[in-house]
Parts: sequence; C-alpha cells; structure tokens
Amino acid sequence: MKSITVVGASLAGLSTVRALREQGYDGSITVVGEERHQPYDRPPLSKGFLKGELDADALALGSPDEYTDLAAQWLLGERALRLDAAARSVTLAGGRELRSDAVVIATGASPRTIPGTDGLTGVHTLRTLDDAVALRADLLDGVPRVVVIGAGFIGAEVASTAHALGLDVTVVEAAEVPLERALGRDMGLVCSSLHSDHGVRLLCGTGVSALIGHAGQPGERRVTGMRLADGRLLPADVVVVGVGVRPATDWLAGSGVAVEDGVVCDAGCGTSIPGVVAVGDVARCPNPFTGRHARIEHWTSATEQPRTAARTLLAGRPTAAPAQPPYFWSDQYQARIQLAGHVAVGAEPQLVEGDFDSRSFVAVYQRAGHAVAVLAMNQPKLFNRLRRSLTPIPEAVVSHA
Amino acid sequence: MITVCRIEDLPPGEALRVTEGVPVPVALFNADGTVYAVDDTCTHQDASLADGWLEGCFVECPLHASSFDLRTGRPTCPPAKQALRTHQVTVADGYVVLNVTVGEPA
Repeated sequence: MKSITVVGASLAGLSTVRALREQGYDGSITVVGEERHQPYDRPPLSKGFLKGELDADALALGSPDEYTDLAAQWLLGERALRLDAAARSVTLAGGRELRSDAVVIATGASPRTIPGTDGLTGVHTLRTLDDAVALRADLLDGVPRVVVIGAGFIGAEVASTAHALGLDVTVVEAAEVPLERALGRDMGLVCSSLHSDHGVRLLCGTGVSALIGHAGQPGERRVTGMRLADGRLLPADVVVVGVGVRPATDWLAGSGVAVEDGVVCDAGCGTSIPGVVAVGDVARCPNPFTGRHARIEHWTSATEQPRTAARTLLAGRPTAAPAQPPYFWSDQYQARIQLAGHVAVGAEPQLVEGDFDSRSFVAVYQRAGHAVAVLAMNQPKLFNRLRRSLTPIPEAVVSHA
Repeated sequence: MITVCRIEDLPPGEALRVTEGVPVPVALFNADGTVYAVDDTCTHQDASLADGWLEGCFVECPLHASSFDLRTGRPTCPPAKQALRTHQVTVADGYVVLNVTVGEPA
C-alpha cells in the first residue's frame, strides 16, 4: 500500500492518520476536508467556545510539530463529490481526481433541520466551528430570547450555555420525555430536570408546526417565533435546531459502497468494497454492546474506530479490536453526565451511589442479569470504575431476553 | 511544604486531590507504593485527574481518556498535548509531604 485518501478532516479523519503512522504505514496520505479549518475539537462548540471561555486556537486537535511528523497532505475547503470505489478514486468539487490504493470514509454527519428554516435568519444548527461563530454572534447581539428545538444533548448544552450568558431560554421537545431513547424514561426525566433546576423552561410533548419570521433588513426575513403543534405561539429572536444528524453519505451514491443509515461496515470498519473503510459518525458497525449495527455518534468512537480501520487497511482483511462499550459525556448547567454502554429497551436503571435529587449519582442499567450500561452525574470516579466492568450480553441471552 | 495526610490514608491505587494551600489543585497518587504529585486538572479540558484511572504510573483522564505519565507529567496519547506539571512529594515519618514547585499556574 503506497497511497491512502482520507475523506473527512475532523476527529475521525485525523485519528486515522495518526493510527496509520503509529502502525508503521509510511506511504502517502491525502486528507480531504470540506471545512477550511484544520481538525478541531467539536464538543466545546456547544459549551466553552459558545460561552466565550475558549477561543478557536484552543480547539486545535493537532500541533504544528505533529502535522510535520504525520506528513500528510491536507486539502482543506475541498468537498468530495464522488467515489469510484472500484478504482478507489475520489472526485473533488473543483474537478480534481484523487486516485489511491485505499480510501477512508470519515465524512461524519450533518445536522437535521426542520421545514421552513431556509432563508430565515436567526435560525441555527450547530455542528461546525463556523456554525458556532455565527450562533455566538447572534446570542451576543442584544439580549435575544432563545428557543432551542430538541432537548437532546446538543440542545441541552446550548440551552445551558445560553442560560449562562444570561439569556431567557426555552427548550421545546416533541417527545413526552427528553433523552428517553438514550437513557430510558426515568433517567431521561432526571437528566432533563436540570433545565427546570436552573429556570429554563422545558416544553415537552409538542412539536413545532411553523417558524414565523418578518422582514428585517432589505432582502432578509428574520425569525420572530414559532407556532407549536398544540397551537401555542412562542416568541424567539434566536432559534437553535438540535434534532439530530444524518450521516453524510450523499457523495457515495452510485459508488458501490453499501449505505443504509450510514456506511455499512464489518467489525473491522471495512465496507462492502475492499480497500475502503469507514470511521466515526458516518460508519455503521456491528457492536456487541448494542447488539446490532449501530452508528455511534460519540467523540470516543471517532478516536477508537480509526485504530481498527487502520489495522484492517494495512492487514488487507477485517481486523476487529475487542469491543469497548460506547461512551459519551455531556456538560450542562455545571453538571457532568457520563454514559457508557447501551441502554436497550427493557434495561432497568438501579441507583448504586448518591441520589437523584442532589444531582450526584451513579446508576447501573441491568438487563437479563447483566450490567449493560452505567450512567453518572457528577460522579466521574465511580463511573470510570464501573464502566470497565461492563461486558456485552452474549447473543443467546439477548435473543431470549 | 504541606503535610497532606498519613501514608495509610493514601494506600496503593488511591488518589487524593489537594486544594488547600496550593496555587492550583494538585493530585497525589500512590502508584504501587510510590507517591506522585501532578497538577490535578487535565491539560486538555476541565477534568480532575484524581478522579482518573490509575494503572501503573499512568493516570487516565476520567473524561477523554488522555493518559499521563506521572513520573514526567507527559501525555502518552491524545487528546492532551501539554504536559502536566509535576511536584515534589516525599513520605517522612509516615506523613505525605507535598512541595509544590511553582508559585503560579503557567
């Protein structure tokens, strides 16, 4: 193997470059990144960066010395348009064609949005550094009333940051219970109560039926509020839509790479095409903790999968690493939430330390007698101990549970 | 010089966070009988390393799994890039004594 193209220059792309070099690959590496920025850390975009505690330089994932050592060619501000998987050729929007011996798909995901946001200023999604710069500018423009649509982790973090900036914040969630899919009903209620603890309104069980705008500057329509599905009108000067993401796979249409809610991978991050692997938010790999193919949109996966993918590419066959339980964290309202494992339907949380009311606790989810997940709020030490005790449920148990 | 605790209060495998009498929080670790002291806050993002996972003379950050060599303070894997400051620590007459080597955080 003499040349590798990595499409995607965020954490998963950079981690793949690092892993290839660590594993002794000394051929050429070309990294294509749609954003013009060098790889940066996204989690602070909804927290410290949005709040103004960190600047863009502090988000840099690599250092100049490291980039020298990695000796990769970075094509930033370049979008991949097409993959010819059989020829392992990537066509860029500018027309350039990159041919290589292997291709790494690390294109991540794009925020989902809601109808009626096109051409309406003051409505934001949050994924990229540029998104965060634009949102921050709007949050600091006067004292805007902020409405966050979606009470998932990104929405909750943005709400928490806007609240910390002294703004009036309302969170609208279509589901009856926020975070129910990730944490189950009871723990979803506990974690989402952080909003009301801090005086942030949380409206659940109602979707948004229409955004409302009015003419602002010439040629501009600016959001002024929204109508909820239950008929209520909610005024807003800034709206943040945090309703999940869709994997960035449009450019793979017709490539021959199997795509179904992400790039379908084996346990070694290999795709349906030899010499093409996928990592990070875009990759849907089998995971013994989730018991099925799953896209795991966590920071940690974007650092772990690349080691596996690099081994697969360099060995020329699927090389799975021992599975780690999925892990993520969320910082909101000075609380640190950590979850490891997978909260399957029917997994019941049991409190093992602290108590819910004090917002300091550890709960372990049990299913069929197995500890399948651990959730902590403000208890990192015990969390990390218990996280290491999680084991995948054997297949036979899952199918009979 | 700060007398932190008796050595029995910091048994092997355990960690302690010192916040009194120090310019920045310091984490003490008993790694298989040897006591180390480093800055407590991970150089990557805000997390207390005293809450981390101790393995040999390496501590893993409880948030993002950066690992640091307690002997040198150096990170052994991303995301952390900067080294932790290390501090002198001795065990004298059964007490753990910390000598913070810097006045102010860098």
